[in-house]
Amino acid sequence: MKIQVLGTGCPKCKQLIANTEQAVSELGLGLEVEKVSEITEIMKFGVMMTPAIAIDGEVKSVGKVLTVQDIASLLSP
Amino acid sequence: MNNSEHETHACDARTAALAGRRLYVTIALGIALWVAIYTHLHDLARWLTYGVFGLPEASRLAQSVEFFIFEAPKVLMLLVLVIFAVGVVRSFFAPERTRAMLAGKRESVGNVFAACLGIVTPFCSCSAVPLFIGFVEAGIPLGVTFSFLIAAPMINEVAIVLLFGMFGAKVALIYIATGLAISILAGWTIGRLKLERYVEDWVYGIKMDDQTYTIQYSTWADRLGYGLITVREIVGKVWPYVLAGIAVGAGIHGYVPEGVLASVMGKSTWWSVPVAVIIGVPMYSNAAGVIPVVHALVEKGAALGTVLAFMMAVIGLSLPELIILRKVLKRQLIAVFVAVVTTGILAVGYLFNAIL
Repeated sequence: MKIQVLGTGCPKCKQLIANTEQAVSELGLGLEVEKVSEITEIMKFGVMMTPAIAIDGEVKSVGKVLTVQDIASLLSP
Repeated sequence: MNNSEHETHACDARTAALAGRRLYVTIALGIALWVAIYTHLHDLARWLTYGVFGLPEASRLAQSVEFFIFEAPKVLMLLVLVIFAVGVVRSFFAPERTRAMLAGKRESVGNVFAACLGIVTPFCSCSAVPLFIGFVEAGIPLGVTFSFLIAAPMINEVAIVLLFGMFGAKVALIYIATGLAISILAGWTIGRLKLERYVEDWVYGIKMDDQTYTIQYSTWADRLGYGLITVREIVGKVWPYVLAGIAVGAGIHGYVPEGVLASVMGKSTWWSVPVAVIIGVPMYSNAAGVIPVVHALVEKGAALGTVLAFMMAVIGLSLPELIILRKVLKRQLIAVFVAVVTTGILAVGYLFNAIL
């Protein structure tokens, strides 16, 4: 599974990265959370509101700081 | 699909329905409680100030304290209720949808649409760049994009709530109307000037994926949930500024004599509007911190047009947003943007000093 957090470095983006990392470690997935901060890369996802989160290349949420629980439920289908 | 999977699905649906019902009940109770408290705030403030704290009637300190105890919960409660409603409304207006609505519009009509959509579309200045690129990429004219980019931060829900709470409905409506007028006219002007070459070249080279995702709020429970998230995000962020602003306002309310500002910020002082705007543009604060202070200034004799202009300059044009936009706009276009919006704000200031 590939987890990508898209954001240009705003406070909300950093919060989403932190929450995602916590969710990953709570679930014991041992995965790396990839940070996509280059605007041209973010645009390739068709995202217009940051922060966004993509799992296996598919965008799951835009413009929201998901909570640790929200992310955990995204990660465990 | 086997049986156990069927059962899980049925179970999921039941849990979701239950959670949905609980959400409705919580929200209904919350609103009832809200009304009960809100209608008694005035008595509560008087009781606390004179009964519990035992401050002498009509003393300066008592005036400041009563003002704070009344205004602070009033404004915060209004914020919670309105932001909740705004969140629910916004669940209908994702930027993707706004973009699709604007894509087929010509200029003029497009400017009006863009300014109105700027009010209801969720926006934060850190998303200004991806949004700008998204709009340009969809072929939305530059001027129409600017109408959106001017309206979105300037006419925001926090500003409207605070204006309504502290100045009343009339001033809130004036603010919305003039904010829209500035956004429409400034965007239209920028469109007429044909400044497309001052957008950074790489922007035009970007190819966006068309909708690799669909995120929808399909049920009312989802939308109400989004309303609650919006409250947590926005009110959770602005409440310290609201309290600080009202505290400063309360100090001015109690301690600064009436009419003292009439000579420097009054209607008859022609230079007060430009000075207010010049001070306001580089200042960066959100509406939450500025409006309570501005309210206190008006109380002490400042002209409404002058403070309206000051407020718009602080909220509508902010240095951090300009720096963010510099990534996609060349210097010349940034300069035109600032000049056009500033002119609009000045006009609003003079207009209201003349007619109010």
